[in-house]
Amino acid sequence: MSDPRHQERGSAPRPSRPAPWNDPRVRAIIYQLLLIAGVVALGAYLVSNTLANLEQRHIRTGYGFFGEEAGFFIGETLIPYDAADSYGHAFLVGLLNTVRVAVVGVVLATVLGAIVGIARLSKNWLIARLASVYVEMLRNLPLLLQLFFWYATLTNLLPDQQDAIGLGPGIYLDKEGLRYPLPEPDPAFPRMILAAAIGLIAAWLFARWARARQMRTGAIVPVLWPALGFVIGLPLAAWALSGAPSAFDMPHMEQFGFEGGASMSPEFLALLFGLVTYTATFIAEIVRAGILAVSWGQTEAASALGLRRILALRLVLLPQALRVIVPPLTSQYLNIVKNSSLAVAIGYPDLVSIANTTLNQTGQAIECISIIMAVYLSVSLAIAGFMNWYNRRIALVER
Amino acid sequence: MVERVDTTLRMPDRPPPMGGGALGWVRANLFSSFWNGALTLAALAVLLAAVPPVFDWAILSAVWGQAAPEVCKATHGACWAFIREKYHLILFGRYPIAEQWRPIMAIAVLIATVALSCNRRFWRAWLGAVWLGGLAAFGLLMWGGILGLAPVETNLWGGLPLTLILAIVGIVVAFPVSILLALGRRSHMPVIRAVSVAYIELIRGVPLISLLFMASFMLPLFLPTGMKINALLRAQVAIIMFTSAYLAEVIRGGLQAIPKGQVEAAEALGLGYWQSMRKIVLPQAIRAVIPPIVNTFIGMFKDTSLVAIVSLTDLLLATKQAISDPNWRAYFVEGYVFIAAIYFCFCFFMSKYSQHLEHELRTGAQR
Repeated sequence: MSDPRHQERGSAPRPSRPAPWNDPRVRAIIYQLLLIAGVVALGAYLVSNTLANLEQRHIRTGYGFFGEEAGFFIGETLIPYDAADSYGHAFLVGLLNTVRVAVVGVVLATVLGAIVGIARLSKNWLIARLASVYVEMLRNLPLLLQLFFWYATLTNLLPDQQDAIGLGPGIYLDKEGLRYPLPEPDPAFPRMILAAAIGLIAAWLFARWARARQMRTGAIVPVLWPALGFVIGLPLAAWALSGAPSAFDMPHMEQFGFEGGASMSPEFLALLFGLVTYTATFIAEIVRAGILAVSWGQTEAASALGLRRILALRLVLLPQALRVIVPPLTSQYLNIVKNSSLAVAIGYPDLVSIANTTLNQTGQAIECISIIMAVYLSVSLAIAGFMNWYNRRIALVER
Repeated sequence: MVERVDTTLRMPDRPPPMGGGALGWVRANLFSSFWNGALTLAALAVLLAAVPPVFDWAILSAVWGQAAPEVCKATHGACWAFIREKYHLILFGRYPIAEQWRPIMAIAVLIATVALSCNRRFWRAWLGAVWLGGLAAFGLLMWGGILGLAPVETNLWGGLPLTLILAIVGIVVAFPVSILLALGRRSHMPVIRAVSVAYIELIRGVPLISLLFMASFMLPLFLPTGMKINALLRAQVAIIMFTSAYLAEVIRGGLQAIPKGQVEAAEALGLGYWQSMRKIVLPQAIRAVIPPIVNTFIGMFKDTSLVAIVSLTDLLLATKQAISDPNWRAYFVEGYVFIAAIYFCFCFFMSKYSQHLEHELRTGAQR
């Protein structure tokens, strides 16, 4: 202890705690309190301004208008609707119209996107080039421009009803949209839906049993054909047992245009076509990236194990590609749902159009916009939740 | 006695010939199998059916230059005379015709500024000053009111300058906001993290059109009674809010890619939080995500067209107005093709630039 330095260190007091304004923990609390105060103050300021403005403009608040008579007509509805129905009912009609275009759009965009994505990887130079041109063209143009273009094309360049283009038996395309035959209502159809549901459950049980058996004995039971038999065969049997109804409600020309059958409006067709061709370009890129992400060694390893091409695809390549494909694919599905709101620009009565009309009639902007946001937000959060669940399920299990 | 096996590998001197010349290429790339050949023929048939009529419509039978609608009616080709007649409305909206040179100059200033920023050698502090100068020159030219320029209100702005200024101001303002949001989402302070997450997820969960509706119908209600807010500014606010949420997620991805050791090294050097972020972490994080950032810009440039729904005369709505002229109503295809070409040029350039940058940065990192 002769070294003065040691002495000095030993006798010196422990470094004191930093001053409170230099302590990171104290600072963190202060920052957060400031943020809370700022957010609350901003909220209070906006609310008080809004209340003052609403009072001055004599706009009422609350969702009381939901029960009142809407008084406007809606061009196409999935459920019965009349102008005398309530605003709430009109919102439901709009929501169902959004769901209609989004569901059909998701299915078609996936199919088209997968085809184009695979085509871009084709060894055939011409096919790969055509697919690239399609992708580069459509994804570099605003969707709204494409929707305007398709809508104007459908309503201006197509012939009148008298000279409708026949696309097949009972299918006509003209300025007023697409007409197609619909089977006459028959008690057989609910039974077929029931049979299909039973078939799905049976197929699932059969697949489980086959898997368990393979685990136990090693013997492979073919699953695909029996499952298809359950899912398709049971509804067919139900249809045959109910007397095989085959009457169709065919569209036919009357004095003032087509009667009978079912129809899609040009607004719906333009929105669907625009959404599908636009989103398919993004899905194509995702599919291409997913396929390229699986290294060639995996294919070779699969064939070295003696797996046939189909089995290698199903057991080795597809599961790995899907891990790359599914997350961005879900966000494209979400984009279809959100982009379907552009319907308001071409007059398809989706949720946003109905809300917009209601807003103009009642002046209750906050309520109408909050409904739009709440609906889209819950769809987004639901899909995000599903995606997190899926990601956990397929995540790589590392050693 | 074990049979002797020749274990030396016999490598051929050179790879087998691939079949030479154009014919070999055609066989390998177009007719490698029966189905490939069938596909090629089918694609050729489609091209043959589609390309000549389109070429004839767009070029051969088209009406070029100045012409009356009646001249166009007489031919089956494209009526580019419509563009010649309406280009002022499409490109500049209702901006006074006598002052047309001003939006042209303003566009040139913006494009020159962007072109300058594309060169990585100029990524220096003074570029910020150039941007401020460029935007000021744009505002001066468009607004006028001083230097002997006639004042032009923003409700007369339209067409390409409006689209460009919405996109560029959107990017310039949303970028710093998104950095703050991304840092906030990774903060250790629960309140700051919660506020950032709530903002980002709320905005990303709703369509842009609902934000634009909010900006045009609700923003006036939020302000003190009697205070008015310009329609252009309202749409700009919605676009900034929307872009910053998406950009924040991209930048967060970049932040996640930075190893923890970088922050620890910065702390060991005695750098504070903001210093270590500004000097160490952010430059690396942003560099890692430049391609997705450019993709966000492309998406945002396309999305500016949505302001047409809230009645701002951008490129798209101006074209719609030009088409609504009863004399030229039949020529909507020409109008949409014209602005599609403009949108395409900007977006295609941005995506090519992003690829080029990605390549350049990758080779820079590999060394």
